Amino acid sequence: MRYLPLTEADRQSMLEAIRATSVEDLFRDVPKAARLAGPIGGLPNHMGELEVERLLGSLAAKNIPAGSVPSFLGAGAYRHHVPATVDHLIQRGEFLTAYTPYQPEVSQGTLQVLFEFQTQVALLTGMDVANASMYDGATSCAEAVMMANRVTRRKKAILSGGLHPHYRDVTTTDARFIGFEAVALPAAPTGGEDLLALVDDKTACVVVQNPDVFGHVRDYTDLAAACQAKGALLIVVVTEALSLGLLTPPGDMGADIVAAEGQSFGNALNFGGPYVGLFAVKDKYVRQMPGRLCGETVDADGRRGFVLTLSTREQHIRREKATSNICTNSGLCALAFSIHVSLLGEAGITQLAQLNHAKAVQMADKLAAVPGVELLNDGFFNEFTVKLPKPAAAVVEELAKRRILGGVPVSRLYPGEMEDLLLVAVTETNTDADMDAFAAALSEVLA
Amino acid sequence: MSMNNQGRPSAIPAGAASFDGVTGTVTGNRGLQIEEPLIFEQDSAGRTGVDLPDVPQVASRLGAVKPRAKVGLPGLAEPQVVRHYTRLSQKNYAIDSGFYPLGSCTMKHNPRLNEKMARLPGFSDVHPMQPVSTVQGALELMDQLAYWLKTLTGMAAVTLAPAAGAHGEMCGIMAIRSAHEAKGDTGRTKILVPESAHGTNPATAAACGYSVDAIPATADGRVDLEALKAKLGPDVAGLMLTNPNTCGLFERDIIEIADAVHAAGGYFYCDGANFNAIVGRVRPADLGVDVMHINLHKTFSTPHGGGGPGSGPVVFAESLAPYIPVPYVTHGKGGFALVENAGEGPAFGRMKAFHGQMGMFVRALSYMLSHGADGLWQASGDAVLNANYVMARLEDVLTASFEGPCMHECLFDDRFLKGTGVTTLDMAKALIDEGFHPMTMYFPLVVHGALLIEPTETESKASLDQFVDALRALAERAKSGDVAYFQAAPRLTPRRRLDETAAARKPVLRWTPPVPAEALAAE
Repeated sequence: MRYLPLTEADRQSMLEAIRATSVEDLFRDVPKAARLAGPIGGLPNHMGELEVERLLGSLAAKNIPAGSVPSFLGAGAYRHHVPATVDHLIQRGEFLTAYTPYQPEVSQGTLQVLFEFQTQVALLTGMDVANASMYDGATSCAEAVMMANRVTRRKKAILSGGLHPHYRDVTTTDARFIGFEAVALPAAPTGGEDLLALVDDKTACVVVQNPDVFGHVRDYTDLAAACQAKGALLIVVVTEALSLGLLTPPGDMGADIVAAEGQSFGNALNFGGPYVGLFAVKDKYVRQMPGRLCGETVDADGRRGFVLTLSTREQHIRREKATSNICTNSGLCALAFSIHVSLLGEAGITQLAQLNHAKAVQMADKLAAVPGVELLNDGFFNEFTVKLPKPAAAVVEELAKRRILGGVPVSRLYPGEMEDLLLVAVTETNTDADMDAFAAALSEVLA
Repeated sequence: MSMNNQGRPSAIPAGAASFDGVTGTVTGNRGLQIEEPLIFEQDSAGRTGVDLPDVPQVASRLGAVKPRAKVGLPGLAEPQVVRHYTRLSQKNYAIDSGFYPLGSCTMKHNPRLNEKMARLPGFSDVHPMQPVSTVQGALELMDQLAYWLKTLTGMAAVTLAPAAGAHGEMCGIMAIRSAHEAKGDTGRTKILVPESAHGTNPATAAACGYSVDAIPATADGRVDLEALKAKLGPDVAGLMLTNPNTCGLFERDIIEIADAVHAAGGYFYCDGANFNAIVGRVRPADLGVDVMHINLHKTFSTPHGGGGPGSGPVVFAESLAPYIPVPYVTHGKGGFALVENAGEGPAFGRMKAFHGQMGMFVRALSYMLSHGADGLWQASGDAVLNANYVMARLEDVLTASFEGPCMHECLFDDRFLKGTGVTTLDMAKALIDEGFHPMTMYFPLVVHGALLIEPTETESKASLDQFVDALRALAERAKSGDVAYFQAAPRLTPRRRLDETAAARKPVLRWTPPVPAEALAAE
C-alpha cells in the first residue's frame, strides 16, 4: 500500500483528535445494512509494482501494436510519428498532475498553453476562434449540431453521407433526446449527393466532412454560400487534422463551425482514446460555443495574463441553461497537440502534409496496379477507398495473418453494406518496404 | 547600490517587476520565475523542430481543392520548444508539487506506474479499427476493468464508452429515458436534482430533453425527504443525487429515497463523483441505485492533466442494463468480441467515436491492482479520516457548516469572516502565498461563501498539519483586521490577481499577428 502515507500511529492520534473510536465509526451515517464488514469480496488484494507490470504486460503482449507491422489503418484515427519531446514534456508533473486552471495565479502555464492551442486551432482551420478542446471529434460534431440549433432556432440537421458513421451516430443519438431532427443521408462512397436540395427554412445546419470518410476531398465554397443564403450554418468536420496543413481550410471555404479530431498531432492511437476534439467558429458565435475558453487579461500590476473566461455559458453558472453539460476539456491531449504543432511549425507542417499526400498517391497507384483492384477517388489526402473483387473483411483477416494491417473494411463502419470496399490510409510512418509488402500481400490474397 | 544589481543597469526599466521591496530585474524575470512570451512571438520563418524525409516527387491528386498558401504558424527549433513548455510548466501548481485540497475534484497522488503501463505499445499503439483478432489483450483489459467496476458497485452491467463524468451522466440519463420509452411511459418529463448538485446534473438533464426540478436541502445538509416525496409523481423520470453529497455528507436516508423514487415509477441516478469516499466499503447497488457514473480520474487516480482527459464509465442495475450504448465487449467464440453497432441490440446509440478512453482504462486498472481489495478499504478509510481530522482541527476557528462526521471532504462557510472585510476569495488567494492550492470556493451553493476541503488519502498527517496551521494563522489574521494583507494577495505568484471581468467583457481568445507598419501607414 505504497500510495498511503498514514501510519497506524498517525491514524490513532488523528482518531483521538477527532474523538472517534475507529475509522469505521466515521462511516456511521451509512445505513448498517449496506456497510461491508471488511474488504470487498471477489477481488484480489494489493500487488507490488513488479506484479502489476507482469500482469498488464501480459495483456499488452496479446495485442499487435500497429507500429510493429505494416499498418494502413485510418477511418478517423491516424498513426503518425510523435516526436519524443512531446511525450517527455506532457509527463512533466506540473502539466500532468495539475487540475483545471480555476486559480489563474498558479495556473498560468496551463492557461497560456490553452491560449496558444486556441490560436493554433483557429489558424489551422482558418476560423476566427477556437475553444480549449472537446472530448473527441465525434462529440465535437454533435455539439456543433446542437449549437447550430441554438444559433438558428431551427430544428433540423442534414448530415452528409460522407460523414464518418460513428460521428453520425453520436450526433443522431444526442439529437434524438432533445427532439431535434438529424437527417442522415445514405453512405456516398463516390459522392454525388445533392445536399442543398434538402435545405429548407427548418434546416439549422448541413454537416459535411473533408476529407470525407471515404477519403474524398472537396471544395465546399459554393455549398457554404448556398447554406448562408438559406439561413443554415455549414459545419465542416475534419477527422485527419494533418490535412489542414495542405488543403484549403474550412474557414476559407466559408464554414460557420469546424468540428475536428486532433489526435493526429501529438497523440497516440490508444485504441480509440483519449483523443482531442477541436471546435472552431466564426467570431459572432462565440457566446453560443460549448466547452471551455481561455482569454487574455491583465493582472493587478498590469502584466499580461490568462484566465478561463465567458464561464456564464457554462453549467456551473447557467446550470440547465448552459450551452453544454461539458465541464472539462482534453487538457493534456490539447497540450500534446500544441507541442507537436509547435515543433513542426509552418515549414514542418507543410512538409509533413505533403509527405503524407505523396506517399498516399504512391500507395494508391501500387494498389490500383493489383489485378481486380479499383481506386474510387479522384482527389484525396492520405486516405482513399479501393474496390476489391472479394469481401474486404475477409481480405483484411487474411492480411492480418500475414502480419499486415491492411486498412479498414468499409463494412465494419456500415454493417452489411459495401462489403467489397476497403479504406486505406498512408502516413509518413509507412516505408517504401511497407507499401511494397502490402501490395504484394494483397495480390497474393486476391489471386 | 545593492548586490542584486551587479552587472545590471542601475535604472529600473519601466514595467519591470517589483514586489515586496525587492528591486525589479532588467528582464522581468525573478530568479526561477521566468517570463515567457507567446510561442507566436518567438517566430523565425523557416525554422522547424522536426527533421522530415524529402517529399517524393509525384503529381498531387487533390481533386478540385487548392493547396493552401500559408497556415501562419511560427517556426522554432527543438530546444526552443522544450524551453518554452518547460518554463510554462513551472508556472503551474500541481499535485506533484504540493497539497491540492480541491473539494469535489479529488486531487490525489498519480502513480507513475500507471503512466508506464498506459505507454506499453500493446496499449498505446493499437488502432481502434484493427481486426479484433489482433486486439484480444485490449479487449481482455476492458473486460477486467468492467469486472472490477461491477464488483465494486454490485451492479449488473457497465459501459466504458463515456469520455468524462458529465458524459457518463448523459449516458445514464439517456438509458433512463430509453427505458421509460420502451415501456411506453412517455409522460415523464422531469428530473429531480437537489439544489446542492454539481451544475453538470441539471445541464445533463436538459441535454437529454428533461426539465429540472430542484429539491431543497435540510438544515443538516441532506436532501429533504418530505420535499422529495411531495415532488414525486407520474411526471418524474428520475432523481439525480450525488452520494456522498457535495456537502461532504452521506445521505442517511438514501435507501428510503431510492424506495420512494422506485415506488413512483422513477429511476435513481447516482452521481458517482464522490465514490472515492466509499469505494470498497459500500456497494451502490445495496443502496438502491439504478445507474451511476464513475470518474475514473478521481476514484482511480488517473491524472487530471490540467483539465482532462477524464473517463466516465457507467454502471447499470438489471433494469437498465439492456440499454447500454455501443460499443461494448462480449465473450465471443474463440475470444473477446466487440459489439459496435446499435442495430445489433436495444442499445440506445453511441456516445463517442471509438471504444472509450483506453489510456485511462489502463491507468485505472493498474491502480486497482496496486491497491487491491485491502488497499481500497484502507484508502477510502484514510480519505475519510483525513477529512474528519482537518475538520476537527479547524472547527474552533472556522465555521463548519454541518455537524457530525463528514465523508472525504469537509465544508466550512464564511461566518467566521463576518465583519472582517475579508472574503472567501481573499482567504484562498492568501493560501496561495503560503504554498497551497486553495480549496474549492463558493461551492456548494447551499451555504454562503463555501470552502470545501478534500485532502484525499494520499496526504500525510504532516502535510495536513502544515495546511491546518497556515489556515488557522490566516483566520486569526483576518479576525485581527488586517484586510489590506488579504486584498493584496497573492503577492508571490507569477501573476497577481487577474482581471476576470475585463477578460469576459471584451474577450481576447487568440493571438493575432501584428499589423505590419507599412499597412498601418497606408491607412
